[in-house]
Amino acid sequence: MVRFTKGALAVVATLMMSGSAFAEQRVLKYNADFDATPLAGMQALIADFEAANPDIKVELNNFDHEGYKTAIRNFLTADSPDLANWYAGNRMAPFVAAGQFQDVTDVWDANNLGDALGATKASMTIDGKQWGVPYTYYQWGIYFNRDAYKAAGAEEPKNWEEFVANCDKFKAAGIDCLTTGTKALWPGAGIFDYLDMRVNGYEFHMDLTAGKVSWTDDRVRNVFKEWARIQPFITANASAIDWQDAAALLVQGKAANYVMGNFAVATFKQGGMTNDNLGFMVFPEITPGLPRAEEAPTDTIHIPAGAKNVADAKTFLAYVASAEAQTKLNATLGQLPTNKNATVDASDPYISAGFAELSSAYALAQFFDRDAPAEMAKAGMEGFQEFMAKPERLDAILERLEKTRLQVYK
Amino acid sequence: MTAPISGPISGAKPSGWKANQRKLAPWLFLTPGVLMFMVYVIMPIFQSMWISFYDWDGLGAKTWIGIANYVELIDDEAFYTSFKNNILWLLLYMLAVPAGLMIAIFLNQTIRGMRFYKSLFFFPFVISQVVVGLMFSWFYAPNFGLLYNLIEWLTGSGIAILADERYVTYGIIAAGLWPQIAYVMILYLTGLNNVAPDQIEAARLDGAKGWKMLWYVIIPQLRPATFIAVVVTVIGALRSFDLVSVMTDGGPYGSSRVLSFYMYEKALSEYGFRMGYGAAIAVVLFAIMMVFISGFIWKMWRDETER
Repeated sequence: MVRFTKGALAVVATLMMSGSAFAEQRVLKYNADFDATPLAGMQALIADFEAANPDIKVELNNFDHEGYKTAIRNFLTADSPDLANWYAGNRMAPFVAAGQFQDVTDVWDANNLGDALGATKASMTIDGKQWGVPYTYYQWGIYFNRDAYKAAGAEEPKNWEEFVANCDKFKAAGIDCLTTGTKALWPGAGIFDYLDMRVNGYEFHMDLTAGKVSWTDDRVRNVFKEWARIQPFITANASAIDWQDAAALLVQGKAANYVMGNFAVATFKQGGMTNDNLGFMVFPEITPGLPRAEEAPTDTIHIPAGAKNVADAKTFLAYVASAEAQTKLNATLGQLPTNKNATVDASDPYISAGFAELSSAYALAQFFDRDAPAEMAKAGMEGFQEFMAKPERLDAILERLEKTRLQVYK
Repeated sequence: MTAPISGPISGAKPSGWKANQRKLAPWLFLTPGVLMFMVYVIMPIFQSMWISFYDWDGLGAKTWIGIANYVELIDDEAFYTSFKNNILWLLLYMLAVPAGLMIAIFLNQTIRGMRFYKSLFFFPFVISQVVVGLMFSWFYAPNFGLLYNLIEWLTGSGIAILADERYVTYGIIAAGLWPQIAYVMILYLTGLNNVAPDQIEAARLDGAKGWKMLWYVIIPQLRPATFIAVVVTVIGALRSFDLVSVMTDGGPYGSSRVLSFYMYEKALSEYGFRMGYGAAIAVVLFAIMMVFISGFIWKMWRDETER
């Protein structure tokens, strides 16, 4: 016991000594959920930040991506860091409502971010204030296999009617017109979001995910009417398939199209696809003349309410928002910078296409499970999964979703 | 042997400790266990019941809503699906008991290398449930799964077990039965070691063999093993969470949920954080378990007092 106390004293003494040696360096604790490649990108960004601010030391504490979603609820209340990763839109609403994130509107105003980050400002705003800073986003769209198009003798569609007409050709060639893997539920929501935004437009989609419109509304039925046209051509048994397995179907040429986010490009290329046979197109127009809205989930950094070093955390946020930092970081991530003054790798056709797609978009949605509250999102995505397997149950599905809506948005 | 006899020495005034040593000692030994049990088992049960009357997201303020969570539960389709699946699990999991017994009897012979064969049969119980779940989901997987391809070869069109609401629960139960049968088998193998050889000898002299021998001589002697086998199987069926989570995540569209998984989904998963509602499901699950637990305790108590 005595020995142990002595040892502990020695440790404390060492800590105090090392503390005094770097007394002028202030520590900034940052909790994040990066996978390997993004982690390397953020570490490089932190190194640059520390070089520019030698008196600040960033301690990056990286969590497993899935585990982070639960961990954040614990560390925000128990042992709060100075910075934390999260997502924009309704996903951050519970934390804002519970007073767990700090208002960072002053960072936005001081650095004129409202202009530079204009595309994502709305999704960072709750009650007229900004609650964090976005560092990356990525586009969604239709990724397709040019070889499959050639095998079926189909042309790249210019509008929805051509897309649907192509499906018959793919069917004749034994190819799935559209593939998806909804074991984890969310890939199905991508199809719904796009159909809704193309049939009814952005405002309606936002009202629906905000619970202002009934799920049994005729306009919602119109969305499923379009969906029903392609439903027979979607990969069977999608509910037992992971999104990566569906990606394999596209790579092998067994499926032609896949509504996906840009992160899937890495998976397609690992499977052996190249810029020559992997195509990308913006989801085609359905209702003519509707302003084109796109899906662009945004990843963000926030300052928790319990942060100890708020001043330096705000310096860091301003740095992350800057054009130079975002250009470099997103080059590593293979995603799009949220700062409109940043540049993207012109040699990557998907990144360039995405940048053009999003910067010319009328509005950006986050994604169904970030725009709708968690419980509604879960029920909705289950409904979409069920619809793709049993389209004849549409009425029952919509009534169930309406019941959930009435319970969730009180 | 001249060990001093402990106990109060006549004449000396007995202190409180000395006089009550025998009464107090068991309680002293029990204290750590009882304390742990109170803090980690009993208190959380009542806390869960308490939370089930609140609307709480785990972060913000709690709001008292009385029995509203239970009222919602009564009108919740997903709850009934989970409940029905729990019953299915309980019924079909019981197959592990006769199946384990059959394998145990089959393996209870003295052949060269029997230990090796026994360990092969015991193997599924050794590997983790998560691995079992993964193996079975590959086995069932559309396009490349062994079973899927076999069915496709036989009938011309494959069945993706885990994507079909009609078969998905049975598919998961089959995966769960594999290690459970091995577990029951081990219990019976040890039980069979204790079957009295003289009784078998006597039964044989009286002309008993085959099914009659099994039913009237062997199985009655295996009663303690059967009791334990039923208990672990019931518990295994009720806490069937890991396989559902690994193999389907409750899908397709929630048709393979069980109560424990639904509770996790509502209270702790990515789209959940309705602590009160989750707690209400937990209370219902607890009530169901309580039926079995009190049954088992009652039986054990009866057996002990009869002796």
